[in-house]
Amino acid sequence: MKIAEKIISGDIRSVARLIRDIDDNVPGAREVLKDLYPSTGKAYVIGITGSPGVGKSTLVDQMVTHLRSAGKTVGVLAVDPTSPFTGGAILGDRVRMQRHSMDEGVFIRSMATRGYFGGITQSTRSAIDVLDAMGKDCIIVETVGVGQDEVDIVQSAHTTIIVLVPGMGDDVQALKAGILEIGNIFVVNKDDREGADRTVSDIRLMIEMDEKRYKDGWKPPILTAQAVFDKGVKEILDEIDKHRNHLKSSAQIQSMRKYEKARNDLSEMIKDKIIHDVFNEIINSGEFETTLQSIVKGEVDPYTACDAIVLKKLKTGTP
Amino acid sequence: MIKKRKIRILVAKPGLDGHDRGARIIARAYRDAGFEVVYSGLHQTPEEVVRAAIQEDVDMIGLSSLAGAHMYLFPRVVELLQENGADDIVVCGGGIFPEDDISKLKKAGIKELFTPGTPLDEVVEWVEENVNPRGS
Repeated sequence: MKIAEKIISGDIRSVARLIRDIDDNVPGAREVLKDLYPSTGKAYVIGITGSPGVGKSTLVDQMVTHLRSAGKTVGVLAVDPTSPFTGGAILGDRVRMQRHSMDEGVFIRSMATRGYFGGITQSTRSAIDVLDAMGKDCIIVETVGVGQDEVDIVQSAHTTIIVLVPGMGDDVQALKAGILEIGNIFVVNKDDREGADRTVSDIRLMIEMDEKRYKDGWKPPILTAQAVFDKGVKEILDEIDKHRNHLKSSAQIQSMRKYEKARNDLSEMIKDKIIHDVFNEIINSGEFETTLQSIVKGEVDPYTACDAIVLKKLKTGTP
Repeated sequence: MIKKRKIRILVAKPGLDGHDRGARIIARAYRDAGFEVVYSGLHQTPEEVVRAAIQEDVDMIGLSSLAGAHMYLFPRVVELLQENGADDIVVCGGGIFPEDDISKLKKAGIKELFTPGTPLDEVVEWVEENVNPRGS
């Protein structure tokens, strides 16, 4: 049986292996993804983002429980950062979700951002496709929403949830800087803590001030929760359903989303492939190192060096 | 190569043992060596450990036990890996083990056992020498 067929039939090992190959950039993985693509597009993708410690994993864990009791199968992709110094990572999101590990209807996978060769956006997107093709009804992607990559990941979700906690003034500041736009639902978790009302009204203020941004007719609701006690989680899922219906409600929204997704996917893929191919070649040929040396010695400036490399590679057309 | 395949390791604590300081320190040492470490937390059954290892597609499982139940828990993990056709995953253990148990555990398929006082460098080196990332 072909790998793609095994995956579509739900074979856990093949799925796990393919995600690994995608992460490691094994050339064969791409071919399998091509085979899988026609079987994708059925799952509902939920993105969850927020600063470390706000309770994302706990919330995901509770959401999985609810979705399972509603009879839905679930895939979880938990993304954690790679250390930029050692290249290693500790992926600890499973700790909060372990109670689902014996459930056949749940597949949990931890992924590391793997640093500077880009790619996390791409490999997470591909991993979403894999879980989609294996037949999961619902896919939850959890990331620390602190970088462009993470923002991009959640952008490929149908519904994006931003999780905050009371008393993190800077958090709201960070929202202003950009991730406000991507939130379809805001959750103030740990709402028994002091300042929950304040945080809610801060977010509300920002949403109200930016009314024109919600021209497609969805104004993000702000919910409060205590995920660890399962308080407010059902309401979050209800809002997700509402948002889902909203997306389905107009053909215009649907075609706009489809176009946006294709645009994001394709531009990321092109970027990724060019970076990967060019780097692969110049590192293997030693050109990267020699160019570095000339820059260090002052023989050439990095701008000129970069132009020369890119121009040459694009002309020769790296495969 | 810019992207050599990374070693992925599951660090797990099977059984009713709440002492996870050791497991955490080992997880950190692995991370600092450039490995990707999945930590699955306390109180895991061998079944849960094996499920997690398969879903995460790890190359190795590091089991930590300080509570004396290693003679059941460790071999059970190896057994379940075999049952699931995943016995290419290397299993090693760390914790407090009587001398006699160590040889028995090795016979049961646990590839190496580390006892208190083992330098972290040694633990990391062992992985580098005995665990190959999948496909390489």
